[in-house]
Amino acid sequence: MGQTLAEKILSRHEGKGVKPGQFILAHVDWTLMQDGTGPLTVRQFEALGKDHLKDPARCLVFLDHAAPSPRRELSNDHHFLREFCEKTGAILNEVGDGVCHQLVAERHIAPAQVLFGADSHTCTAGAFGAYATGMGSTDVAVAMALGKTWLRVPETIHILLRGILQEGISGKDVILTLIGKLGADGANYQALEFGGSGLEGLDMESRLTIANMAVESGAKCGLFPSDEITRAYLEDQGREEAYVPVTPDEDAVYAREIAVDLDTIVPQVACPHTVDNVFPVDAPEVPKGPVQQVVIGTCTNGRVSDFAAAAKILQGRQRHPGTRLLIVPSSRRVLKALMEKNLLEVFLAAGATFVTPGCGPCVGVHAGALGDGERCLSTQNRNFKGRMGNPNAEIYLASPLTAAATAIEGKIADPRKFL
Amino acid sequence: MRGRGVEFEGRAWLFGDGISTDHIAPGRYFHLRSNLNELAKHVLEDAREDFAKNVQPGDIVVGGRNFGQGSSREHAPTIIKLAGVSAVIARSIARIFFRNCINVGLPVIICDTSGIAEGDILAIDLEKGLIEDKTRKLKIAFSPLPPVMTRILRDGGLVPHILKHGDFSIGT
Ligand code: SF4
Repeated sequence: MGQTLAEKILSRHEGKGVKPGQFILAHVDWTLMQDGTGPLTVRQFEALGKDHLKDPARCLVFLDHAAPSPRRELSNDHHFLREFCEKTGAILNEVGDGVCHQLVAERHIAPAQVLFGADSHTCTAGAFGAYATGMGSTDVAVAMALGKTWLRVPETIHILLRGILQEGISGKDVILTLIGKLGADGANYQALEFGGSGLEGLDMESRLTIANMAVESGAKCGLFPSDEITRAYLEDQGREEAYVPVTPDEDAVYAREIAVDLDTIVPQVACPHTVDNVFPVDAPEVPKGPVQQVVIGTCTNGRVSDFAAAAKILQGRQRHPGTRLLIVPSSRRVLKALMEKNLLEVFLAAGATFVTPGCGPCVGVHAGALGDGERCLSTQNRNFKGRMGNPNAEIYLASPLTAAATAIEGKIADPRKFL
Repeated sequence: MRGRGVEFEGRAWLFGDGISTDHIAPGRYFHLRSNLNELAKHVLEDAREDFAKNVQPGDIVVGGRNFGQGSSREHAPTIIKLAGVSAVIARSIARIFFRNCINVGLPVIICDTSGIAEGDILAIDLEKGLIEDKTRKLKIAFSPLPPVMTRILRDGGLVPHILKHGDFSIGT
């Protein structure tokens, strides 16, 4: 019987056929922790009585959520993680290097590999055809020590993409549309697998955005087959040798299939306080009132093509005087590219503020926490109550293009009128 | 085999749909994550302000759909457990939260919670797969956990499980 991508990757990896619903001890290529989940991960690792990592060169530690640290407790946590890396040989990614998921995509992950990360958006690496999934600190601690943890092989929902996106529409609109259809728990315990002729028109950065938000439908992972586009992206990073083809079998068995016509997608907005509360940008449910903060960045939409798309709209225009515009590159490499492509200038001229590469205001730790009654439109992946540091604020999610248009108008706006 | 902690009783605290890990362990207390007892004083604060102050040992958290959605922060189930809660039951439970509960040794049940009201006394039998709402004289059946999870839960979580057996001890 044919296998889905998830079944294929896990079978290849375990050296024996696996079936959906089966519990396995899955071996892991990479583990990941960040400064929010890392200290607990390290403590659980120590509680196991272990002093060395199974594979230090493949244990990644990121200081990105509180970067730079806004207070001493977090500075101490950073210190604790630095010491751990020094002791064990785990790979340290310092403050300012960037968001964990972006750095994994830039430097480490390859198709058909397995990654368990103590961060729910670890599924981002599914864009490469890697079985990458978020887990808790204990799971990751055990995987770091023993090289494996328990796993239930997921059933797969096949997302069949057809057609091509219209101008002004991006990968973010695709995944928001899909989450609106599936619901926040519509793919619980399952994998999403993207396929169909529409893949050809989706570049790696769009795929990363889509895979990043698979978890917002409850899915374990959001998997793309690897192809020429994957290979070219790795080559561009100087990692061409990491390329491995991985595709599902033609007779793979899926739990269900959902077709998405890319041609028909319009700009989408997720309204408070759940990610599946999605409407077209011009729907009556989307408020017309003022937006005090716009954020472009994060692990969802902080890549070069995201900023290039936003800059095209912001070029020669100003942010609305009542709206703060925060730019958060997802990595140092992205920041450098913005400089080289003269995009920094566009944002500066538009009145934007720059935040250190990393998570920025996404999780409410620092740099852009919202005030009472404020409304924020962000390109991030979550709008839960309290997410950006204040339960008395509203968070709307949209694409970098919609964010740029909103920054100009000071209220949620359709980017297509600026094209 | 009927181990300890398989049957227990507690008072229900009702929560709605979509309770996220941001409701349970808000990001604004990020700096308390290495101080779990302090963080536990804010448990579920953004869902119900009265919860952390009044929760009693043995109480049961009853949720709606997709309880625990969102981030992988294991601090969420850990501080629910630290607050003395004996089990989390909900209509549906987000995946990472669910496995985190198992790994930290907090019983977790998916079942129809619609008949349960605030303050009801619930008697739970994990192995039989039965909840009895004693206040409402209501019986709610649920599928008992798969053996892998029961094993880990019975050992008190994944770290005690590994310490006890020296490795995983689950037939796969
Ligand atoms: S940018 Fe936001 S969603 Fe992404 S890893 Fe950081 S906190 Fe999490």
